[in-house]
Amino acid sequence: MKKNGVVSRLLLAVMFLFLYAPIFVLIIFSFNDSKSTAVWNGFTLNWYVELFQNRAVMSALRTTLLVSVLATAIATVAGTAAAIGFYSMRRRSRTACLAVNNIPLTNADVITGVSMMLLFVFVGQGLSAFSNWLNGLQWVEDANLWFDFSFSLGFGTLLIAHITFDIPYVILSVLPKLRQLDPNLAEAAQDLGATRFVAFWKVVLPELMPGIVNGMLIAFTMSIDDFVISYFTAGSQVSTLSMVVYSMVRRQISPEIKALSTLMFVAVLILLVIINLRQARQESAAARRRHAAARQP
Amino acid sequence: MSKELIRLQDLCMAYDDEQVLDHLNLYINDQEFLTLLGPSGCGKTTTLRIIGGFVTPTSGDVFFDGVRINDVPPYQRKINTVFQKYALFPHLNVFENVAFGLRLKKVPEKELRQRVMEMLEVVSLKGFENRKPDALSGGQQQRVAIARALVNRPKVLLLDEPLGALDLKLRKDMQIELKKIQQQVGITFIYVTHDQEEALTMSDTIVVMDGGHIQQIGTPEDIYNEPKNAFVADFIGESNIIDGVMPRDKVVKMYGREFACLDGGFAENEPVDVVIRPEDIDIVPVEQGQLVGTVTSVTFKGMQYDIIVDFRGFKWLIQTTDHSPVGARIGVKIDPDGFHIMKKSQYSGMFGDYSSYSEEYDELSDAEALDAEEDTDAQRREDGYAE
Ligand SMILES: Nc1ncnc2c1ncn2[C@@H]1O[C@H](COP(=O)(O)OP(=O)(O)OP(=O)(O)O)[C@@H](O)[C@H]1O
Ligand SMILES: [Mg+2]
Repeated sequence: MKKNGVVSRLLLAVMFLFLYAPIFVLIIFSFNDSKSTAVWNGFTLNWYVELFQNRAVMSALRTTLLVSVLATAIATVAGTAAAIGFYSMRRRSRTACLAVNNIPLTNADVITGVSMMLLFVFVGQGLSAFSNWLNGLQWVEDANLWFDFSFSLGFGTLLIAHITFDIPYVILSVLPKLRQLDPNLAEAAQDLGATRFVAFWKVVLPELMPGIVNGMLIAFTMSIDDFVISYFTAGSQVSTLSMVVYSMVRRQISPEIKALSTLMFVAVLILLVIINLRQARQESAAARRRHAAARQP
Repeated sequence: MSKELIRLQDLCMAYDDEQVLDHLNLYINDQEFLTLLGPSGCGKTTTLRIIGGFVTPTSGDVFFDGVRINDVPPYQRKINTVFQKYALFPHLNVFENVAFGLRLKKVPEKELRQRVMEMLEVVSLKGFENRKPDALSGGQQQRVAIARALVNRPKVLLLDEPLGALDLKLRKDMQIELKKIQQQVGITFIYVTHDQEEALTMSDTIVVMDGGHIQQIGTPEDIYNEPKNAFVADFIGESNIIDGVMPRDKVVKMYGREFACLDGGFAENEPVDVVIRPEDIDIVPVEQGQLVGTVTSVTFKGMQYDIIVDFRGFKWLIQTTDHSPVGARIGVKIDPDGFHIMKKSQYSGMFGDYSSYSEEYDELSDAEALDAEEDTDAQRREDGYAE
């Protein structure tokens, strides 16, 4: 029995070592006062300073933040609306929609990325052909017009891709809140003089808020974190942070990358901790409420 | 007092193919305490939701003060609701819950504050303004729900089993409290319950419903003393319901014997249901009894004994303050005003027979279980006549 305990604890330690050793090595050597990843030469913050002076990195940081914030905002609104739509469906169609919603979550990122890229290229070429056709028309020429609907991969397609893969996460965090919602709440508000819209705004939305915020945080984390889908959909002009890391690594493993990776790791870690703490708090609050309700006659 | 406020006319409601309300006709007076009473699933909540405007009837009209309001949305009706599970807004404290309706109407802050505090005083919840609903007991939440509705000064308050979640003691207190509030604010209450005792104590008018039909409308006394059919007789209080015939006015014949009663107006030898309330039966010495039977069970109920007496295979429930031991031969006597004669209805033979007596006899009769036993009961009854 006791031996068993020792063994399992050892296994656990080995597992954690495998999981986190690479990151710890990375973090430690991002403060190393030499380019080596083998010999410790003393502590320095130089790599971090250099990082912030690197134009490519800074521009990628801006792109990443901008695309993540925009995608999160749009996905939060769209996902919440979709969740409410799903919820008000009949059971059969709701199950079907949920299954469709879950597919992108389990799908390999490469597939999502490649298929989106192909779609964007396809639509882009189609639109450019359409513009050419329009411009060839007599009345267009007469009216002295010039159409150009064509587009290529860039910030726009990157944003659309991020919105697309963020939405399912928002839906998944809002749905449980909808299920917990007392269906009489909205009616009670209407009964007291609220229109349907006001009832939703003043009573339903505040009840869904914790779920919406959770979904928002998860979507933001996913956007910051994403490499594969961005890589395929951003085109050659725009880069996110993870894409910069990738392209720098292909040249050489510079200490700057270690610093950048460390910062990204810490940022995502903080977000995950916040999400988990929020969820744990909400669950214990819900349990308390259930407990209190059960005690009351 | 007797001005008509709400009228339901030929109201029908169907969900999918299930007919939930079947040609309901009902009018409700101003300042009346009207109770919809009936077993689970009979359409009480549906009726209330139609009056509140949350569902549109399949056909029929709802009139309020003479105006048809079928198409008026809930937020424009001068009607407020206390929901079955209160539906308090969890993210708002007690004060804001109660103030919700007034804020929507843009009532000035000073007046709002005053009206909310007044209303909290009426439901004795002063000092709880800053609590969140989940930090209140069931009874307190229920009173917040009432205050939240009443503060808007509606003309009608709809209450859907508002005491359903409370324990017996609190229920009794709140029944008195609610009645007091109703008289104090002087508005119409439409109250839903499946508890007959609650209905009898609180109401001016009771509407007994079953299967989407109104079975009887009347004052509590009417409903109790003059039930229209076996369903009402059984649902309101305990009753013995016996097959009989009316040979002529003021005489009813059961078990081959004639008894004097007060009812009349039936065809000659018309088969009827005879209702005898357990407390209207007097126990007398055998030689003075109109009927003689054997005591088969005695239950002490605090105020009285519940005695089951076997009359040649047919069992009656008798409530009396005198103790008679099990196995004793006793006579019973029923005064003419103790017989309530009802026309035969679809409910005849379904209720009021204590030959299937069990410990739970005073619970709601389970129609299905009764159906299964009907054959044997009928058989036994016929045996009783033959002897
Ligand atoms: N939204 C709905 N969809 C389908 N059927 C419904 C719906 N609401 C109610 N019903 C049906 O209508 C019938 C009457 O329901 P209602 O809620 O009015 O009963 P009730 O008298 O209030 O019962 P209880 O005492 O259990 O609350 C029931 O058979 C119920 O199944
Ligand atoms: Mg109901």
